Amino acid sequence: MTKDAIVFKNVCKEFSPGDFGVRDLDFQIKEGEMVAIVGKTGCGKSTAFNLLLGLTKPTSGQVKVDGLDPYQSFQEFKGKLGMVFQNDRLLPWRTALENAAIGLEVNGLKEKERNKIAMEWLERLGLSGWEDKFPHELSGGMKQRVSIARAFSVDPKIILCDESFSALDELTAIKLRKEFVHLIRENNKTGVFITHSIGEAIEMADRVLVYKKPGHVAKEITVPSEIDVKKMEELRKNILNGMDIA
Amino acid sequence: MSIKKINYKGILAGLVLLAIWQGVSLVTPSYLFPPLQEIGVDLFYIISNGETLQHALTTMARILVGLVISFLIGTLLGLIMGMEDSINDIVRPVLSFIQGVPALSWVVIAVIWFQQVELRIFFIILITALPNFSFQAFDSYKAISKDLREMMLVFRPRSNQMFRMLIFPSIIPDLFTAWKVNLGNSTRVAIVAELVGATVGVGYQLSSAQSLFDLPMALAWTLVLVIFVIVMQIVLGRFENSLLSWRPKAER
Repeated sequence: MTKDAIVFKNVCKEFSPGDFGVRDLDFQIKEGEMVAIVGKTGCGKSTAFNLLLGLTKPTSGQVKVDGLDPYQSFQEFKGKLGMVFQNDRLLPWRTALENAAIGLEVNGLKEKERNKIAMEWLERLGLSGWEDKFPHELSGGMKQRVSIARAFSVDPKIILCDESFSALDELTAIKLRKEFVHLIRENNKTGVFITHSIGEAIEMADRVLVYKKPGHVAKEITVPSEIDVKKMEELRKNILNGMDIA
Repeated sequence: MSIKKINYKGILAGLVLLAIWQGVSLVTPSYLFPPLQEIGVDLFYIISNGETLQHALTTMARILVGLVISFLIGTLLGLIMGMEDSINDIVRPVLSFIQGVPALSWVVIAVIWFQQVELRIFFIILITALPNFSFQAFDSYKAISKDLREMMLVFRPRSNQMFRMLIFPSIIPDLFTAWKVNLGNSTRVAIVAELVGATVGVGYQLSSAQSLFDLPMALAWTLVLVIFVIVMQIVLGRFENSLLSWRPKAER
């Protein structure tokens, strides 16, 4: 039986009395699963990610990632998590290679070793020859590729992705999405990604969690492996219903 | 320096200024506007004479030692203030008060507090430069992008890794700004401090030139200081350019 990689049990995050980031958030994600989180702006998707990353403490409830509380056991998660943010978040004073190697450097790998691994990832993402360029010398798509390489290079168990392709032009976004899904599947990672795009969620995920304010799962939808146009439209309507839009 | 980088307009402005001075010196008494050649002779004497050169080098050493120590303590203090709000609440008003005291008042206070001349000058440079370094480091620390901090935290760095990989590179540009501002300020303050009680240094030499009514010598000493500040600004600029070579260069 496949283990739970991520468990949220009745999780609440209250920023100030009555102001909830998430409320009674309950869901499980299995190892190797690819899950999309969709929902309107301000419905607590990013707060859920911060809780998952251990960057913020839940007011109540339990968050378990790989069996541990990511906030309490903060340092235990060295090398276990990878994150691709909405914007690339590259350090401007580091080259593409040095940026891709950040996690490896934190993990204590020697320069030669970390550069070798980071370079392999840059090559896989089509950035061979661009490794010595600084972020301002790269296009938006290239920068996002570097940030994907940065996330994968530490070989994490779980990869999170927060609307990472929304700022890119449609063609680049489609290409990167495909590459991203391929890398997750090929390397047998657990993937969780936030998106505004229902099409993107259906295209990439095994399961879609529909979020509603104040930060709880209103609906869970399993995406079949084979989808035709009719089924696609059905899923889209189902998700929109969960968001109270349809 | 490449030919392209020579500032011809700046050189022309300097030459015009010198020509005006020389013109005025022809129609006024030489004790008011000494001709350029007299200042030049005295400047050459200062640079070529071991004893006078020692006065110049002593002042420069005082300024640099004072600035380096102010930089180290001030930056550390600024970063601690940035990391700990409670420390900021205590230290900030003290530093603001210190910064509000005129440099000349610090000279008077230092003369009364310290008998030892070197200690006195060091104290004055330290107390006038330190708040600026602290505030720059504090502001710069606080301005570090939350996004980048979060990105780093995902990888769980140790404190020293966080400092080396994110904090230090982020605050470098502002620290250079603080150095450039403090260099000019500390040079002025050091000279004022040397005017009182010092027997070695440019301040002392300026005081002697004043008592002898020797304006060419006073101007020559002043030029030594100006050259020192300009050379130091160039050194700082070079250092800054090499450390911040990653920055995009604007075409216009």
